[in-house]
This record gives sequence, structure tokens and C-alpha cells, in this order.
Amino acid sequence: MLMYILRRLTSALPTLFVVVTLSFFLIRLAPGGPFDLEQPLEAKVMENLNRIYKLDRPLIEQYWLYLSHLATGDFGPSFYARDFTVAELLARGLPVSITIGGLALLLALAIGIVLGTIAAFRQNQPADYSVMVFATFGITIPTFVVAPVLQIVFGLLLAWLPVGGWNNGHVRNLILPVIALALPQVAVVARMIRASMIEALRSNHIRTLRSQGLPRSTIAIHALRGAMLPVVSYMGPAAAALLTGSVVIETIFGLPGVGRYFVEGALNRDYTLVMGTVVMVAVFVLVFNLIVDILYALLDPRVRYDT
Amino acid sequence: MSEAAISPVPVGRSLWADARIRLFRNKAAVASLFFLIFMGVISIAGPWFSPHQYERVYTEYVRVPASLSAYPKPEQIAPAVERIAARVRAQIESQQVVGGSVRVTLVSPRAIDERNLAFFGRSDLFQGANVVERADEGRKLVIDAPIRWRTFLFGTDGNGRDLFTRTLIAGRVSLAIGLLATGVALLIGVAYGATAGYLGGRIDTVMMRIVDILYALPFIFFVIMLVVFFGRNFILMFLAVGAIEWLDMARIVRGQTLSIKRQEYVQAAEALGVTSNGILRRHIIPNTLGPVVVYMTLLVPKVILLESFLSFLGLGVQEPMTSWGVLISDGARNIQNAEWLLFFPALFLVTTLFALNFLGDGLRDALDPKDR
Repeated sequence: MLMYILRRLTSALPTLFVVVTLSFFLIRLAPGGPFDLEQPLEAKVMENLNRIYKLDRPLIEQYWLYLSHLATGDFGPSFYARDFTVAELLARGLPVSITIGGLALLLALAIGIVLGTIAAFRQNQPADYSVMVFATFGITIPTFVVAPVLQIVFGLLLAWLPVGGWNNGHVRNLILPVIALALPQVAVVARMIRASMIEALRSNHIRTLRSQGLPRSTIAIHALRGAMLPVVSYMGPAAAALLTGSVVIETIFGLPGVGRYFVEGALNRDYTLVMGTVVMVAVFVLVFNLIVDILYALLDPRVRYDT
Repeated sequence: MSEAAISPVPVGRSLWADARIRLFRNKAAVASLFFLIFMGVISIAGPWFSPHQYERVYTEYVRVPASLSAYPKPEQIAPAVERIAARVRAQIESQQVVGGSVRVTLVSPRAIDERNLAFFGRSDLFQGANVVERADEGRKLVIDAPIRWRTFLFGTDGNGRDLFTRTLIAGRVSLAIGLLATGVALLIGVAYGATAGYLGGRIDTVMMRIVDILYALPFIFFVIMLVVFFGRNFILMFLAVGAIEWLDMARIVRGQTLSIKRQEYVQAAEALGVTSNGILRRHIIPNTLGPVVVYMTLLVPKVILLESFLSFLGLGVQEPMTSWGVLISDGARNIQNAEWLLFFPALFLVTTLFALNFLGDGLRDALDPKDR
């Protein structure tokens, strides 16, 4: 198993390299540069800025410089937020995004699994229909509709919770963004668990458990182990996306996470910030895909990675 | 024996006929189908029949609430008359609404210039003004201004444009974008997946490895880069979004192809010397269409949501053109004082996505009965 993890990690490096290369040249192809302001800078100033940030060198050389810095863990300075390095920006934003995303992930899994299991046990009964209608609502209503409605109802009308802000991660500030972020995921998880659970409940080993007269909760736990597989493989990329921040949620609730860096970085042509964010997301995706494969082996004894 | 000879030869049912029967038995799916057709028709034809142009600005009806009865409301008339009187440079001695028009008596220390009465016609509230009576050498005028009734079913937006017409126009844009991008994803995904699956071996490995790498690229980054490149041309942009969304489609089609190519009829075609190209087009692609159609109905809502997400970030369709996403993000900003701006576009978007999802589920059940 350890050998497998090591091998997977080394094989992830080429993928990471291709991702970095592709996005490096893509962002450079975009028209405009980081120092194009509404009022153009003086030619001399522009020249100096370009020289300081080595933007006047040939693109290939810049690419090589970026790669060699990246290899030592140096993401470079941000072109737009000029007092900060990209690493500092990421270090400030990531805890916020991971807190919100992680809580949303746990909430989505907990509620989604419970709802999906209930629906599967009561297939084609009112409980099942209400779960499915709720799930369809969760998938179809966009986050940027849910979030302002939550703000209005709980923040202004009832005045139970703050409308937005980070406030050093106070619990009351976390509740609304976590709910808004988790809602679509709850819906997806519930639907998937329901579908795979219905299948699992028909399998031979579950029928044996039923014939032995075991309580429903025991049967549910045994069936869940098999039914979790599709959810696990869905949750890999989804978890990576949740933990690296949501632009919509962070904008609406005014949270200082990393989700906005993508949009801001790309629009400001902040090359290093965009690249740093791309690398961060790619690493998350690769790591979570690995975690998914390990979980697969743990959940399904037929999957083996010894060879 | 003789009965069997008389009875007609049983007609075989194709997969599609079978699926159609199962689909039409599913009430939710049929209702969704009709709803989508209805939505398409009113989005395309509705704006032609609407009394308002989608980009027409009514400066005197900014952010008026949705209402079934026509505007102006009684309490709006008096202030409007006062505003016009100020521009005509006259005082109002009396005004009263009689039937469908308002009768105003204007007085002024000097003779009133009757050409200024054109302000009544330029207002959004009146059709014009007729002088009924002149007195005091033109220093006193009694005029009759017929009211111009207008209905704003869904209210108006922050610029005073009719939300009903805008929602329908937005529906055109959103639905077109959804279908366009899905079509592109379909073309690329099916061709790529079928080729990889059918050729197999090393070519398959390389082709699917490329898909894996594209998966690891952050999706939002790509979309934003596309917006940066293609800028304001949203058709080009959504061709490009479709060109990104094909990855899942390619995987699904490849998986299907792998199992189909081992079927006897494909081997028979190979034995008869049909070319790879011919087998792909005649046998493989038509037989992968079941899951593809299902995935397509689920991709359309995904793309519509993506468009509204981009519009929320301010990267979507440009004014005065609009889409459901643009209207919703506008409504979300005005939710405190003008909740109808969020409600109606969101209602249209959510019901459409709902219907697409139910139709997709129905199609999945109809085309793949063992998956229920």
C-alpha cells in the first residue's frame, strides 16, 4: 500500500508539470499585462516595472525561471497586491476557505447520507418523494440565489446571524456560508446514496442479513459500505473544489478566502497569483484523487493495489 | 393451430419505440417535456407580442413592483402632473382624473407657451395634451391629458425596463447558450470517445491520458481565460465552453464503445470488410446514443447555470442584452427593496432546470430500465 501511494505521488508530478505549463502559456497569451492601468504608465516606469519583475525577458526564460522558483516552493511576488508574495496571499486565504469548505463537506456528507438512506429504505413512499424533490431543488437553485435569501431571512428579518464577514472565524459568521455552500452537495450526495443504496439493498449479503432478522440500523451500516463507493469517487474532485474556495460564497458573504484569487488574478493579469492558485488547486485535486483510491481499497475488499 | 396461423406476425419493437412508450408513461417527464416546449415557445415568440421593447427605458417607472393592473397608479398621476407643470412654468390650480384622462387647470403670471404642452406627450404617463379652454389671454389653460395605460406584469428593473419582456429575452439567450454549448460538447465528446474506445490499445491510453490531464486543470480558470480571450462575443465563448464540457461525454462514450465493439454485429461487419470509419458511424455511435441523450439533458442545465455563474461575476452577456443569470444577479443585489427583480427570473430559471432534470431522469429510466 505504501509503495502504491509513493508511486501515485511520483506519477502525479508529470500531470502537475503539464498543468503548470499549459496555464503559464495560456495566461501569457491573454491580451494586456499586469501593469496596464486605465491611465497608461509612463514608458520609463513601465520599462522599469517590467525589468524588476523580469517580464522583459523572453517568454521561455521566464517560464524556466518560474519553474525553477516553483521547484524550491517559491511562488513569486504578486503583481497586483504588490506588498505581498503569492505564498503569503495563499497562506492568508487558505485557512478561511478550508474552514468553510471543510465544514460544508462534513455537513453535506452527514445530511446527504442520512437523507439518501431514508429515501432508499422507503422507496416510492412519501418520505422518498420529499427527499427527491428537496434534492432536485438543491441542485437546480443556484448558490447566488440561495445565499442572498439566507442573508435576508436569517440576517435581516430574523436578525439571528450576521449577514457576512469573517470575524476571525466566529461560529455565528460561519453558519450561513457553510449552509449555502453545502446545500447543492447535500442534494447530490442524497441522490447518489439513494440510487446506490437501492441497489445495495437488493444484493445477496444484505438479503442474508435481513433474513437473520437484524435491525434496520445494522443493515443500513452494512449496505452503506458498498453504497458509499460512487459517492467517494464523486467526493474526490468535489472536496478539492470545496476546500479551495467558492468565488460566489466568498463574494456574497465577504469572506477573505482564496476562491476570489482566480477571478481577480485573471482579470488583473496577476500572472503569479493565477499560477499559484492553479498549482494549489491542481495539488488539491491530485491529492484527493489519491485519497479516493485509498478509500476505495478500504471500502471494497475486491480492490487491491499490491502489484 | 389454425388460430396461430391467422394471428398477425408480432411486430418487433425497436429500442427507441420501447423507450418512448416507457417515457410517455412517466408523468413527471411528460409534464417536463411540455413545460420545456412551452418555455421555448414563449421565450422565442413572447417578446414579439409583448407591448414593451426589452431595451426600452421608462424613466418614470423605475423599479415599479409587479402588478396585474395597469400603470400609472392613481397616486402617481398628481406628482407627474406637478413635474410637467414645473417644466411648462405654470401653477396647477386644480386637477382631477376623469375617466381615462386627467383634467388640469394651469395658471401662470405670463401667457403659457402651448408648445411646452408637448411635455405631456413625452412623459411615460400621458399620450399628449389637448387644450379645452383658454382664459385670461392665455394665462389660464384647461387641458385634458389622456392617460397612457401600461401594464408591467413583472414590474420594472432599476433602469425602468419591463421585466416581463426582459425575462423572456433572457430565456432566449439562456436556452440558446445551453443548447449551443451542449451541442458542441456532444460533437467533440462522441467523436473523441468513440474513436478512443474503438481503436483501443496505445491510442486509447494516450487519448484518455489527455482527458485526465484536462480534468486536473482548474475549470473556472479556463472559463475565465476564455472570457478574457473572446471578450464580448458570447456565441464564440459558449462554443468554447462546450469545447471544455466534452470531457465527461468522451468518458461515457468510450466506456459504451468498449462494450459495444465486442458485440457480434460489429464483428460481423468487420468480417465483411467494413472500414473502421463505417463501423464507427453505422454501428458504434448510434448504439451509444442512449446514455449520451441522458447526459445531454443533464448538461443543458449545467451550462445554463455556468452562464449565470459567469454573469454573476460580471463576465457574461453584455447590456442591454440579458440572460437569466444577469437578471438574477441584478435581482440578488436589489433583494432588499425590489424582491420581484430576483423572484421572476429565478422562478423561470429554476422551473426550467427542474423540468430538464426530471426529463433527464425520465429518459434515463426509459432508456436504461435495469438502472432503476
